[in-house]
Amino acid sequence: MNTLTRHTGLLAAYRRPTAARGPLVLWALAAALALSLLWSAGQGAYGLPLSQLPGLLAGALSSLPGEPSSAELVFFHIRLPRLVLAVAAGAALGLAGALMQGLFRNPLADPGLIGVSSGAALAAGVTIVLGAAWFPDWPRALGSWTLVLMAFGGGLAVTALIHALAQSDGGTRVGLMLLAGVAINALAGAGLGLLSFLATDEQLRNLQFWLLGSLGGARWSAVLLVCAVAALALLAGLRQARALNALALGEAQATMLGVRVEALNRQAVLVTALAVGAVTATTGIIGFIGLVAPHMVRLLAGPDHRWVLPGSALLGAVLVLLADALARTLLAPAELPLGVITALIGVPFFLALLRSAHGRSL
Amino acid sequence: MSARPDLATPPTPAKPATPLGGLHAKGLHLAYGAQPVLSNVDFLMQPGQLGVILGPNGAGKSTLLGVLGGLQAPQSGTVALGGQYLTPHNTAWHARHRAFLPQDETPAFNFTAREIVELGRYPHRHHPLPDEAETVRAAMQATAVAHLASRRIRTLSGGERARVQIARALAQTAGSGLEETPVPARWLLMDEPTAALDLQHQHAVLAMLRRVAHREGVGVLLVLHDLNLALRYADLVWVVGSGRVLAHGVPAQVLTPALVAAVWQVQAQAVTDGSGTCQLLWQGTMAACAHAERQL
Repeated sequence: MNTLTRHTGLLAAYRRPTAARGPLVLWALAAALALSLLWSAGQGAYGLPLSQLPGLLAGALSSLPGEPSSAELVFFHIRLPRLVLAVAAGAALGLAGALMQGLFRNPLADPGLIGVSSGAALAAGVTIVLGAAWFPDWPRALGSWTLVLMAFGGGLAVTALIHALAQSDGGTRVGLMLLAGVAINALAGAGLGLLSFLATDEQLRNLQFWLLGSLGGARWSAVLLVCAVAALALLAGLRQARALNALALGEAQATMLGVRVEALNRQAVLVTALAVGAVTATTGIIGFIGLVAPHMVRLLAGPDHRWVLPGSALLGAVLVLLADALARTLLAPAELPLGVITALIGVPFFLALLRSAHGRSL
Repeated sequence: MSARPDLATPPTPAKPATPLGGLHAKGLHLAYGAQPVLSNVDFLMQPGQLGVILGPNGAGKSTLLGVLGGLQAPQSGTVALGGQYLTPHNTAWHARHRAFLPQDETPAFNFTAREIVELGRYPHRHHPLPDEAETVRAAMQATAVAHLASRRIRTLSGGERARVQIARALAQTAGSGLEETPVPARWLLMDEPTAALDLQHQHAVLAMLRRVAHREGVGVLLVLHDLNLALRYADLVWVVGSGRVLAHGVPAQVLTPALVAAVWQVQAQAVTDGSGTCQLLWQGTMAACAHAERQL
């Protein structure tokens, strides 16, 4: 932790009271996001030096007639949608993680807990393995959207099931939701195991690839959809910041402060299911961002959700951008699965944070 | 026993039966399974006083306070505070006029003490006072935690944490920038606020709460275990046992050795200290308190 802050110049801010540190951390993360965007724009199988970027952008704006150069084609049709998707996906995952940790009042919660990832995975598995037998006509009408729509619907359906299982005495019991989430996630895992058993080698490879996440298939249509959902999720999520702060005192005390805990719960679950569902349906499962980003922001800015929610979105975007840049460069021209990178880098870093002096006071 | 008011048409404020500003409950009934915790309890208290609910373990003290504060809904009966019935639709109004401090629960995240106290201002976020920071500071000074403002809540001792939470409740009842006429009374309900406090802070906090009640006209209602603290600081006491109010009134008249023996099974001797306050000296548990029970 110490070396990190010293080298990034955050040490001065780090020593300040957290209230003053919050805005500073957000500015630093925004700057980090801009830098990561610039850096990862040049990374990939087709190298684009940073010096070419202004020319590319100016060329697109002036729209001179003529054949687009290969650099333009790569940048606007492959690289740029991928960068935008990384930012939207990372922001949605980071925000959802912070919302879930706030809602469950547990720093170890992650968006997968409410079943949205496992539901999407199960539905994706059904589509990949059984789709040709069960609904062979769908791809003709929907094309590659079949898998996206199935995964999105699966995520929402399993989240709704877990939410329904947690209803008791006319209200949602968060503890029950946590346990129901663990149980249903295990069940979805079993279903996925069965599907892998039934799958042909090629189907298994497709499924495995999907489960590990990738931004490789980024197309503008899907990217803009994820952007829209992520933006809505940010708008809805950021409004819950103060209520989540009050909820940290406990459900009883939050109620006594006038927080409508039931409505807060429903909104947070819905926002998470929609945002993470849309991201997962497009990219497959990207692990650890939702768990790690809120933690790191809390270590830097303190636990106030007015900073943790936007900070987690910014940091999530940075982490996914960097992880994806590594995924496409480490073994270029081959691509590593994104989920492998996020886990390989995220987990040791996360553990180091937890073991640091500051982490112990979490 | 009156039924709960119809949620769609909340009763108009200041009904004759509901004194404006008072904390008023009628026919409260609540049972966990077959075991009644409150049976047909009526309750009336005016603001500007310090009231204390007393009773042995499991008597229903916390349940009564929770129902009066709106934390728990009674199975039948009504609660009105400041002429406003407690319904799911006016929780925000009640949060602006009533702070409620349940027994200690550690916050899920490691906020600073100041951030915890600032959460007491959450109900007033749309109508802040001119100087919110000063309001928070004053509340922290009242419970002697101003010097802990930047400390993380989990680094504080149990007693310091309790005083931070009391400061949060004070900040919640410090009023808002919203103009209301007539000005509704403010209420402060706390469940065993002194449980974690040392002798000095028990007295300091109760003296402070008594000042808040008498000088600012806030209604303060506490659950306490210490009868001598109640005798020294309370204006009114309610003794609760097996789901009913056994006695209520002025502390020195209610908390007689006979009643204490009947309710707590402890023999006591009433003495008057130098300032004229009645206190109880304990003389051990009673093997045979049968005659005291018969007397009641």
